[in-house]
Amino acid sequence: MHSDARASFGLRLGAILGLLFLHLPIALIFLYAFTTEEKSYQFPPPGLTLKWFGVAWERADIWPPLYLSLKVAAIATALALILGTLCAAAMTRTRFFGRDQITLLVLLPIALPGIITGMSLRSAFAVMDIPFSTWTIVLGHATFCIVIVYNNAVARFRRLSGSIVEASTDLGANGFQTFRHVILPNLGSALLAGGMLAFALSFDEVIVTTFTAGQQSTLPIWMLQELIRPRQRPVTNVVAIVVFAATFLPILIAYYLTREGHETAGGGK
Amino acid sequence: MTTRPATLPVRGPGDRLSDLFWRRPRLLLALLIGPPLLWLGVVYLGSLFALLLQSFYSIDEFSGLVVPEFTLKTYAELIRPSNFDIILRTVMMAAAVTAGCIVIAFPIAYYAARYARGRWKAAFYLGVMLPLWSSYLVKVYAWKLILAKEGIVTWAAEGTHTSGILNALLSLPVIGGNSLSTSYIGTWIVFVYVWIPYMILPMQAALERVPTSMIEASSDLGASSGQTLRTVILPLALPGVVAGSIFTFSLTLGDYIIPQIVGSSRLFIGQAVYTLQGTAGNIPLAAAFAVVPIAVMLVYLAIAKRMGAFDAL
Repeated sequence: MHSDARASFGLRLGAILGLLFLHLPIALIFLYAFTTEEKSYQFPPPGLTLKWFGVAWERADIWPPLYLSLKVAAIATALALILGTLCAAAMTRTRFFGRDQITLLVLLPIALPGIITGMSLRSAFAVMDIPFSTWTIVLGHATFCIVIVYNNAVARFRRLSGSIVEASTDLGANGFQTFRHVILPNLGSALLAGGMLAFALSFDEVIVTTFTAGQQSTLPIWMLQELIRPRQRPVTNVVAIVVFAATFLPILIAYYLTREGHETAGGGK
Repeated sequence: MTTRPATLPVRGPGDRLSDLFWRRPRLLLALLIGPPLLWLGVVYLGSLFALLLQSFYSIDEFSGLVVPEFTLKTYAELIRPSNFDIILRTVMMAAAVTAGCIVIAFPIAYYAARYARGRWKAAFYLGVMLPLWSSYLVKVYAWKLILAKEGIVTWAAEGTHTSGILNALLSLPVIGGNSLSTSYIGTWIVFVYVWIPYMILPMQAALERVPTSMIEASSDLGASSGQTLRTVILPLALPGVVAGSIFTFSLTLGDYIIPQIVGSSRLFIGQAVYTLQGTAGNIPLAAAFAVVPIAVMLVYLAIAKRMGAFDAL
């Protein structure tokens, strides 16, 4: 629906205020990383300093959670890329019995609140006496990352016309050659976008993780503990900026990788 | 002249396998769908089943150990006043958050659907998408900074001489509190902020499908813009609103971080689940609590389906 008339003043004001409401709070995270006040969130900050970046770098308790988060996100993304692509390939290829149910099954881990996924996994670990490890975290993360890769891959598969695959077959390529030389290059940027989004989602996830991590600490869990019992508050802001960048940049890249298509990445979180 | 076969000679195992898949497409399908199905079936459905199973177990009051025998005792505990209050409080918050999201999302979605074009359209899309995807914890943390007693809201209220309004708001019974960051009002604001992109996107999609000709017809027939909005645009956009409300409602029901960071100390369902499975070690009751959002959402989805919300997804 498009209209040539100009929007009324009230509507424009509402839209602009709404967008500001969405964006301004994040700017404050940046401001407070430079404040000289470490005991409270006093506004305006009494002074500005760069020292917290150095302090954060020196803090030994930040590095292990960062490594764990990167490791979990990398493994979960790799698993999700394989499983999500396989699923998308199967779903676009043919119509078969139970197809809609499978779509629902893929969607469910992200459609239901994270606490249900988390508590379910926690119950399963309790029933089967599985001790917490990096792999219990990965198990949860890969499960809800599949749908992200799947959504991106399935959209691209739909755009991929059947005739180029047929042409490849007519020219004598077997199924594997067609996949390697025709399908994969066409799918590439969609998979990269899906992988980026899955990585961002996993790196930032906290709700499911608190149920599957036990005593381990990922970067979001470290942040959560700092929020509940703050020590050097500006250091938390420095880490927040790192987490923000680690999720923001992949999303921006994913957007530019898929914006030509009708189904832009991220619409289905 | 020799005749040649129409097909190429087989050059290796790759060809032979391709031929097999060509002849038996079901085999290829099974190989493709097998691994993801196995993963989701075992890890996810298996866990959901474990959740249900645990919720029918109970805990021995003296030893504190889980008794693996079927009982409805744990579900009966949910109806105890202290536990039922938690459920009621969470559902009411979810309803209030959904209402707030609808009001704030509408101008953004309406403007983006109807007036924004070209670069502005892309800007609006990114403007909604980036907050949606950026770090959840960072967003919650940002609001802790804003709502803190010594924070920017208090400062702005003092600067504009509106401290009176702020204090009056905080002195309200139940929803008020010592500061915004320890009151239900604060919890509500953060929930609305964090989930609002989930409302904007389906709302915008539904509004984009409203044909311009209908709006023109409405004004040709003499309706004022307010009447057009009420009788033409809103009814047609309703499925999108309902679709968005599914997300805002469900996400609020299951969240436990936001009320823990910003809010009074009274528990929500998510916090109850988290403390029960952790320090209290009462996994059966935690599981029963986690089943509540699923049940509420099933009812909600049944209603939404009747209103045609799924056509807008």
